[in-house]
Amino acid sequence: MKKGKKILALVLSAAMALTLLASCGGDSKTPSGSKTPSGSNPSGGNSSSETGRVYWLNFKPELDETAQELAQTYTQKTGVPVQVITAASGTYQQTLTAEMDKSAPPTLFVIGNTAGVADWGDYAIDLTGTAIANELNTDAYNLYDDAGKLVSIGYCYECYGIIVNPDLVEQAGHKMDEIKDFASLKAVVEDIHARAGELGFDAFTSCDMDDSSSWRFTGHMANLEYFYEQKDDPWTECPATITGAYMDNFKNLYDLCINNSLTAPTDLATGGHDAAQEFKDGKAAFTVQGSWEYAGYAEAVPNATMIPYYCGVAGEEKAGLNCGTENCWAVNANVSEADQKATIDFMVWLVSDPDASAKMVEQLGILPYKNAVESSNGFLADAAEYTANGCYVMPWVTNYQPNVDEYRRGLVAALNQYNADQSAGNWENVRTAFVDGWAVQYQNVNG
Amino acid sequence: MKKKISSSNSIRRATRRWGLFFLGPVTAAFIIGFVWPFVQGIWLSLCRFKTIKGAQFIGLDNYAKAFSDVGFRHAFWYTAMFAVVSLVLINVLAFAVAYFLTQGIKGSNLFRTVFFMPNLIGGIVLGYIWSMIFDGILSWWSTSILLESKYGFWGLIILMCWQQIGYMMIIYIAGLQNVPGEMLEAARIDGATRTQTLFKVTIPNVMPSITICMFLSLTNGFKLFDQNLALTGGQPFIIQPGGTTIKTTEMLALNIFNTFNASGGSSQGVAQAKAVIFFVLVAGLGLCQLGYTRKKEVQQ
Repeated sequence: MKKGKKILALVLSAAMALTLLASCGGDSKTPSGSKTPSGSNPSGGNSSSETGRVYWLNFKPELDETAQELAQTYTQKTGVPVQVITAASGTYQQTLTAEMDKSAPPTLFVIGNTAGVADWGDYAIDLTGTAIANELNTDAYNLYDDAGKLVSIGYCYECYGIIVNPDLVEQAGHKMDEIKDFASLKAVVEDIHARAGELGFDAFTSCDMDDSSSWRFTGHMANLEYFYEQKDDPWTECPATITGAYMDNFKNLYDLCINNSLTAPTDLATGGHDAAQEFKDGKAAFTVQGSWEYAGYAEAVPNATMIPYYCGVAGEEKAGLNCGTENCWAVNANVSEADQKATIDFMVWLVSDPDASAKMVEQLGILPYKNAVESSNGFLADAAEYTANGCYVMPWVTNYQPNVDEYRRGLVAALNQYNADQSAGNWENVRTAFVDGWAVQYQNVNG
Repeated sequence: MKKKISSSNSIRRATRRWGLFFLGPVTAAFIIGFVWPFVQGIWLSLCRFKTIKGAQFIGLDNYAKAFSDVGFRHAFWYTAMFAVVSLVLINVLAFAVAYFLTQGIKGSNLFRTVFFMPNLIGGIVLGYIWSMIFDGILSWWSTSILLESKYGFWGLIILMCWQQIGYMMIIYIAGLQNVPGEMLEAARIDGATRTQTLFKVTIPNVMPSITICMFLSLTNGFKLFDQNLALTGGQPFIIQPGGTTIKTTEMLALNIFNTFNASGGSSQGVAQAKAVIFFVLVAGLGLCQLGYTRKKEVQQ
C-alpha cells in the first residue's frame, strides 16, 4: 500500500514536471488579432521538411479572412504548410520584432516604406530575378536599399482622396462637375454644411483624432504637403528636414473638413464616431478614405466616387488621386532555402492563380502582376481615369515620414489643441510638429 | 509515542531526500520565466539590437542616452507624483471603506462585492470607458481630457482609485477582522473614544495590511501602463520650439514602451536600459517602503 502510494506520487510529480517543461517549450503565444494557423503543420518546426514551410505575417487586418482561406486552399493543393498570422491594427512593428526572434520566424513579411527598409532590410533576401519579381508588371512599388538590393515588392496598390456621395451633392442642388479645385469644393462643402439642418445630411463625416481615424489626416492628408513640396525635385530618400512650404494648403483642406462636418471640432479628440458608417448611412456627402474601403462603401453608395485632395495649389485642376502602397512583401533571409523557395512559390500562386488572385484583388484592389485578374474597384478606376485624362498622380510621399508613429503622435497632439481652439498660435504648434518634428524624428532615427 | 517520533523522523528523511526533486519544477519555471529573461534583459541593455540574436555589445551608451532623454526624466517625476498621490488616496479611501463595512451595517456583503468589481475589468477597457466618461463631462466646457495635463493627471487618479480601492479594501477588511475583540473591549472599558481606539488600537493592529497595501499601491503606481496608454496616451504634448515634444501625461512604463517601438537601430537598446533603471527604482523604493512600514508593525 505504502509502496503503491510512493509510486503514484512519483508518477504524478514526474507528470507535473513534464507538463511544465512541455508548456515552456511549446508553441509560443500568437500575437493579438491573429487567427488560428492553418495547414497540417502550423507551428512549422524549424524549416524541417524538404518542401519548406510558409509563415506569412500579414499586415492588413481586413485581409486576414481571405489570407487564412487562401492558405488553407494552398495547403490542400500542394501539401505545403502555410501559416498566416495577422498583426492587430497599428501593431505590425511590435509583432514583427517579436516574431523575428522566434525559432520559426515569418518567412514572408511586410517592409512597406523606407524606414522599414532601414530597420529590416538586412533581414530580407534580394528579390531581383526571383520568380515573383518576374511576375510583376511594374517596378513602381518596389523598395530598394542603398546598395540596390530589391528588399520588398509591392503586392497591391491603392489610392486615397476624398470620397463623395454624388446623390447627396445633387440633392443639395450642386453638380459633381462643379468641383474642379479647392475654391469650388469649398463652395459646395460650405453650402451643404450651412443647410445641413434643412437637407438632413452634412458635408463631411466626423474627423476623429483617436488612433482609429487620425491617420486619415496625419498620414494621408499630410501627403499633399509633402507631395507638392517635393514635386519639382522628387525625394528619393527621407530628407533630414522639410520646409513646410505647402502647410497653408494642408490647412485649407484640413479646416474645410473639421469645420464642415457632423461633429464639432472641439469634440474630436477622443473620437467615438464612426465615419464610415456615417457615410454609408447617407449622413454626410464627403469623407476622406482610401480604395481599400471600396467594397463596403459601394454596397451602401453604389456610385460613390473619389476626387483628389484639392487644397488651393496653382494648377490643381490637373491633380489626380494619391496612389501608392505600403503593402510590400519581403522574404526572410534567415530561414532555410527550402522555406524561401516555398514562400516564393506561394507568392507566385497568390498573384497568378485565377481564383487566388481574384480573391486578393477583391480585398486589395489592383495587383501589379502580369497574370493577376483585373480589379473591379471603382476608386482605383477613378484613379486610372484621372491619369488617362492627363492628371498628375500624387504618389505616397508620406511613406518617408521618419519614426512614423512618434511623428504622427506629435501631430495628433498638436491638431487636438488646434481643433479645440483654432488660434494662430495653435496652428504654429501644428506647423512646428509637422516641420520641426520631422527633423527631430529624423535625428532620432539616424542620429 | 515511539511510533510517532519514528514516523516524524521518516517524514523528515523523505523531505530531505525528495525536497530537491519537488522543488525542481518550480525552480525551473522561476529560472526560465524570470531569472534568465532578467539576466538577458540586463545584457541587452548594454547592446544595440533589433532582434535578440543580432545583439551587438556597445557598453553604457544606452544608459547615457536614457538619462539624457528629457521625456524620460519628465516621465519619472510625473510617475513619482502620481504614485505618491495615488498611494495616499487609495489607501485612505480603501481603509475608510473597509472600516465602515466592518461596523456591521446592513448589506455590507453586497457593498464589498460592488466595491471589488471594478478590479475585475481590464486596464485598457477601463481607460477607454473612463476617457468617454470624462470627455462626456468635459465637453460641457468644450474641452477634453487630452487637452489639459491636469485633467489627465486627476483623471488617471480617479480611474485608479475607482479600480484599486475595492482590492485594497478586501485586504484591509481581513486585517480589521483580525483585530482582537478583547483589545477593543479593553479600550472601550478604559474609556477610549472612537478616534482614540482607531488610532491607538485598530491601526497598529492592521499594520501588516497597511504594509502590503502600501507596497502594492506604490509599485502599481510606478508600473502603471494600460490605463495610461488608453486614457491619455501621454497627451497633451508640449511642442517645444525646435520640434521636440514632452508628453505631459506619459508615465515611465509607457515611455519605455514607446521608446522600444520607435524606428532606428538604437531605440530598443535604450528602451532596455530604461527598463533596467526602472526595475532598480521600483525594487529599491518598494523595499524601502516595506522596511519602513514593517518596523511599525506590532506583535499581537
